[in-house]
This record gives sequence, structure tokens and C-alpha cells, in this order.
Amino acid sequence: MKPAGCAMSDRASKDLLLDMKNVHIEGFADERWHPIIKGVDLQLHRGEVLGLIGESGAGKSTLGKAAMGYTQPGCRFTAGEVMFDGQELSGMKIKDKRHIWGTRISYVAQSAAASFNPAHRLLDQTIRASKRVGDRSEQVLKSDAVDLFRRLNLPEPETIGLRYPHQVSGGQLQRVMTAMAMSPRPDLIIFDEPTTALDVTTQVEVLSSIRDLVAQFNTAAIYITHDLAVVAQMADRIKVLRYGEEVEQADTRTMLSSPEQEYTKSLWSVRSLEKPEKSGEEILLTIENIDAAYGASKVLHDVSIKLPRGRTVAVVGESGSGKSTTARVITGLLPQLNGTVTFDGAELPRRLRDRSKEQLRRIQMIYQMADTAMNPRQTVGEIIGRPLEFYLGLRGKEQERRVIELLEMIELDASFYDRLPDELSGGQKQRICIARALAAEPDLIICDEVTSALDQIVQEGILNLLQRLQGEFGIAYLFITHDIATVRAISDEIVVMWQGKVVEQGMKQQILSPPHPAYSELLLSSVPEMDPDWLDNLLDRRKHEGVSDPAQTGQDPER
Amino acid sequence: MSDSQTQHSAIAETSTVRVRRTRWQRMRILLSRAPLTAWFGMVVVAIYAVVTLFAPLLAPYGEAEVFSRGDAPWSREHLLGTDRIGRDVLTRLLYGARNTVGIALGTTMLALLIGGSLGLIAAINRSWLDQIISRAVDTIMAIPGLIFALMLLAIFGASILSLILIVGITYATNFFRLTRSVSLNVVVMDYVEAARLRGENMVWIMAREILPNILPPLIAEFGLRFIFVFLFIASLSFLGMGIQPPTADWGSMVRENAHWITFVPFVPFRDAFFYGLKPLLPAGCIALLTIGVNFIVDWFIHETSGLRDV
Repeated sequence: MKPAGCAMSDRASKDLLLDMKNVHIEGFADERWHPIIKGVDLQLHRGEVLGLIGESGAGKSTLGKAAMGYTQPGCRFTAGEVMFDGQELSGMKIKDKRHIWGTRISYVAQSAAASFNPAHRLLDQTIRASKRVGDRSEQVLKSDAVDLFRRLNLPEPETIGLRYPHQVSGGQLQRVMTAMAMSPRPDLIIFDEPTTALDVTTQVEVLSSIRDLVAQFNTAAIYITHDLAVVAQMADRIKVLRYGEEVEQADTRTMLSSPEQEYTKSLWSVRSLEKPEKSGEEILLTIENIDAAYGASKVLHDVSIKLPRGRTVAVVGESGSGKSTTARVITGLLPQLNGTVTFDGAELPRRLRDRSKEQLRRIQMIYQMADTAMNPRQTVGEIIGRPLEFYLGLRGKEQERRVIELLEMIELDASFYDRLPDELSGGQKQRICIARALAAEPDLIICDEVTSALDQIVQEGILNLLQRLQGEFGIAYLFITHDIATVRAISDEIVVMWQGKVVEQGMKQQILSPPHPAYSELLLSSVPEMDPDWLDNLLDRRKHEGVSDPAQTGQDPER
Repeated sequence: MSDSQTQHSAIAETSTVRVRRTRWQRMRILLSRAPLTAWFGMVVVAIYAVVTLFAPLLAPYGEAEVFSRGDAPWSREHLLGTDRIGRDVLTRLLYGARNTVGIALGTTMLALLIGGSLGLIAAINRSWLDQIISRAVDTIMAIPGLIFALMLLAIFGASILSLILIVGITYATNFFRLTRSVSLNVVVMDYVEAARLRGENMVWIMAREILPNILPPLIAEFGLRFIFVFLFIASLSFLGMGIQPPTADWGSMVRENAHWITFVPFVPFRDAFFYGLKPLLPAGCIALLTIGVNFIVDWFIHETSGLRDV
């Protein structure tokens, strides 16, 4: 770690923009102060992009905010200094920080939709911070903002600023936020997972816009993400964090080709997970010609999917493609308008309440956000024990024994029995959800984006677990995801959905190898790869083939 | 398993396992940080609780015992004097605590029970049933509460039972609105959907999945509403439609002694102060409890809101 830092600093110590030394931050929770950042150094030069990666809870967002001299409510600096262009920020008065925040350092948040004020027009919000500086007239700022919109490839740059936040799509909003951050021409921009909430197809465009703009204005940036492939496209240098400490740092190409630490290597190796496909003979679940609608808007058009017993069918597509709606039809939460759902030879009633307990038991579901899928007031024992009692009538000692058996099955142990969901990590929570589904001894588990909220290394563990359980109990999975790496790792068959229709369906190898229909091609090629040149190559190729920007060609938010 | 060089174990995923404190430890930490106002509130409420429970032991005389001398000033036999028809004021105050606080507490609980369960049902159901209940509640809330209660009490007679029922239903509307709106945030959670998919019935979902998660705002609301109900019943008694004599209660005590506020100059000047206090004492009792409970609720809301000082 040290040598890398020294090598950087001799580049030119006078253009050193940000110098954080031995930063310690603590957070207050549960009536105690817990260390969040345990002594991290960070140097950033003008025009340099630093990638901060690590799993959730590693402290990367906290460190990113600390670079502004800011800690969230309930957190505090306990040691170290943050030197920004010769000024110490961590101990500075809030009054003085205001002259730096938003103008010399700006921040791009993960959820653009939650960060804009819905009551003001985009243009007014974009120039708000620059107006405060007061060195340029409003007219100049507005035309500058329009210019930024144009550079960021936003559609109708002249007039998009007159819209309100809800009138543009998520990808566009994320770009407007980048324009907002760039408007006062800051020395430093902190990007906190700016594309995590976006679809892969949109992500490509946002990434390339951000990268071009940062390069054009020679702005320094800290790019925070948990996605290695993304950071490989964006950063000059990568710093890996874990448990609030630096694991290692190096420039991007060195880091990708020869990581030194075991932990970093393990992060790198995750994406290589793959399994051979197997076709299944006996069909467990058939859905035929399903149409479904939320109120008046129709979201599924003539969807048919077959799922063999003991196999995994992955449903892929971006948000709004109808993947989750399909799951809701199968579970009976959203009765279909037309078509049938046949499970193990018998047609399932359309409505949830018309289905028998036995039918409910055999189809279980695992959710994307394990946090919200478990009642925060129930212990692990209660959560897993309930389906045992409800479906199988197990009580008392018998139930407890079975819960512990299930905990061991998901590679946890009896010590978790009395814990509350708050006391678990993200991966552990998802494992508990798997155990809850498993407790019902189902034939089919619907997995709705179960790994997309998790870090790479935890993802691998969960996917391996699901794989093993399938081998042991012959459970079939309907695996909804937008991540192609996950699909490679787990599926036997693939269904590609787009705007409520099935675009393509077949065995994994057949779908993943060319030629693809146009949409599958766009989707598959948009998945970032662990190659620092991937984005350049992709954009080059698309320019030649004339593939249009999906964020521009009118895929406006449906809601 | 294809676990690479680092032995990754799911058990060891968190860097620090948080040790949960026992209820007792958490309570102690909470109390040690309680502000002075909260302590004041707790002491006041504790005193009221003791008085409410042990009124017959503490009171020097019987609740409706009448003595020969009416309107007596403070003396050794009658520490706070007697009222117009010769009942001991201290005794009436102590019994009044029991009656007024007890009835207000019962009424608030009834309101919570009715409003809370209807609110939960409406939040889960979200269809025509929700519409019917919500519009009915809107209608009741549109009528001024005091006039509504006076009208109903005039129709059904001013007994303690009808008082509790009528005021309870009037105040259930507030509980309904709160419960419904906080439940709506919980109903959309995946764990509620998971329970529905499991095939759980509505009572389970209400009691086990939703209720534990909306309890803090409901408790805070209970405290505040208790004060409102308490004042409301006192007002009704003051207007003569609440708790009926000979049952002692603070609202009617204020009314019975109200004439002293204006007639004080006509008694010997030496006693004027004590006579003036007669209507103020029960009113002060009402105010003190109101303020005490308010302080506790404020503190509770602050603690459960999860807000941290910047």
C-alpha cells in the first residue's frame, strides 16, 4: 500500500488536490460509538479519477463523504486530517464549508430520483450552486447548463431543463445530476454509485457521458462503486476497502492484471462462476399465453414459459420488461387476464385466495431486498419456524431442531437462532430468506433478483448455495435477474423479456452465443466486463453499427 | 465449492457482531439520558398513579361525606377546606384523580382498540371496505367533537358507560387515521407479501407482521390522545354532561367552585387567597398531568424517531 502511494505522490506534489491522512470516523449506533473508517490515507491529484471499491459496509461512501469534510448525522471524525487544496476540512466551521461544498467539491448521489426537488425545474436546480458563487450571470449559467446537457448526450438539450424531475427517465436524471455537479466547474466530484440503480443498457451511456465530461474539464473525481467492471472503465487508480481499512491500491491496469492481496483476488475471481447446462424432461410449471395488467395498463402480452423439474430457468430483461410481473402472476398476487398457469399437471387457480395450502407450499419466493423481506421484529428462529408450523405442523422442540438443521443447510449455525435481522449481514439475511423458502419443502422457488443487492463475493456464496440445494433436493428455480454473469452461473435455460413480451427462449448456450435478436444483442453487450478497454471498444462498435442510445430513443419511464 | 484462496465463510460475514443488550440494560441506558423534563413528567405521572390506585387509603374522609359547614376555609380538619355543600375538598381531589384519570384511561384504550383495528383492516384491505370506513371517519371528524358528544350524551343519558363509549368512538377516529397511514408503509413491505403468499389469515398479518412495526407511533399517540380525552371529559363535566355527582371529578369541581373566582372580594380578606384557590386546585391538577404526560411523550417520540443530533 505504502509504495503505491509514494509512487503516485512524486508525479507532481504541487498538483495534489486532496490529501486525506489517517482518517478515522466513528458512527453512533445502539448507544455506542463504532469505528467505521479505521485510519485510511487517500491522495488525489487534479484530473485524476480514483475508484473506491469494496462491499457494502466497507466504509466507501463514508470515506467519499469525508473527502468533503462531511460526516452523516450520527458520525464523527475522531482523528486524521482532510487537506483539500491547502485547507483542512474536517475541523472547518460549517459556515466556511459552504463556500466549498457544491461549488468546489460536488457530489453525485446514487438515487437521482430521490435527490432532486420534485417542485423545481431541472435547469433551475442545475445552476443553483453556481448562482450562489455569483461570478457569472444567470443567462450565462443557463446557456452553460444547456451546453453541458448537450455534452452529456441528453435529448433536446435546449428544452429538457424546463421539465420537472418526474418527466425524464432515471438514466437522464442521473446525467442531469452530473451536469448539476459540473456546472460550477468544481475541482472535485464525488460519484457515489451513480449507475447502480440503472439498467445495464442505460448504464453504458451514463458511464461514457460521465467519463467524457470529467476528462474534458480535467476534473478530479472519486468514483465509488461495488461493481469492479464499472470501476475498471472509469478509474485511473483503484483503492480497495474492507471493514473500514485499505486493502490495497494500484493503478487500474495493474490492479486488474495482478492484484496482490488475497481478498482482492477473491473479488476478481467471482465473475468466473459457471455451470454446465442440463435439459430437463419432466415439465413442472407451464405458463401459457398470459396477459396481465395493472389497472388499465397492460404489462404482459402473451407470455409463455416452460420450466422443467429440478432445473433453473433465468428470466432476463431490464426493469419494466415484465419479469417481476410474471412472477406475480405465477404466485397468484396478480390474477392474469388470459392464459393459464399449470403446475405439476394441474391448473392453478388465478387468485391467491383460491389456492390450497398445499399449492402455496410447493411454490416459494425469495425477494431482492432481504431487508424488507423479513420482519425486523421477528428473530431468525421465528422467521424460519413459521412455515414449518404453518405448513408442516411442527411445534416446540421439533420445530427448533428443524430450524437449526435448516440453518446448517445454509451454512450458518445454531447461534443465529435468536438474532434479529438487524444483526445480520446482507448475505446472511438472504440466506435466512432461502432457509425460510426451504422450510416449506417446495418444488419451485421463484428468485426475484436475489443477488443483485449483494456484493460480488457474497453473491458467489449465495449462488453456490442455491446450486447445491438444487442438487440435493431437486428444486426448480425461476431466476429473475438482469445480470448476465449471474445467468451464466446458475441457469440451464434462459428467457429474454422486453416490454412485456418474451423475445427469446431456449437453452443457455444457444441464447448466449450469437446470432442474437437485436434486443438480446443490446442487453448482452451492455454488461460491463473486467477489461479497462471494454467501454471504448463497445462504443466504437456501436458507432459503426449505428446502435442507438436506448436512454435517448424514447424509453421513457412507464410510470 | 469453488471458494477461492480466501476461505469465505457465511458465518463470519460481518466484521463486528453486535451483541444485543437485554431489555433491562437498554432501559437503563435510556433513562440515564432522559432530559429533566422527562424526569419531571415521570415523577408527576408516578404520583398520579399512586394517588389513583390508593385514593381510599390516602383520603381523610369518604368520597361523598358531607360536613355541617359548607364553604369552609383551610383548616386542620379540612386541609383544603370544604365545598359549597360541605364536602372535604382534599378528599374530593384524591377521589377525583381516580375517577377522572381512570375513565380517561379506559376511554383512550377503547378508542385505540376500535381505531387501531379498523385502521389495520383498512390498510390491509384497501378496497371498498377501506373507502367505507375512511369516509365514515371523515364524516365524524367533520362534526365538532364537543357538540357531537353533548348531543349524544343528551340522547343516551350521562352515565359513565355511555360517556366512555361516546368519547371513545369520537376519539377512535384519530387512532384510525394514524394507524391506517403508518400501516400503509408496512403493508407494502415484502415480508407482508411473503406472509400473504404463505396463506396467512388477516388476523395473523395484522397482529404479528404489522402491529409490532407500528407500535412506537401508536404509543406516542396514545399518550397524547389520553391528554385530549382527559381534557375533553373534564370539559364535559364542567358543562354538566360528564361524570355526575356524587362521583368526584375535577371538571365538575372546577364548575362547582367557579363562583369563587368572581366572588372572592366578599369573603374576609384573610381567607380570600384560599377561596380563590378552590377552583384553581382541580384545574391545576388537570394542567399538571397534561404537562407531565406531554413531556414523557415528547421524549419518547424523540427517542423512537431515530433522529440523531447533527
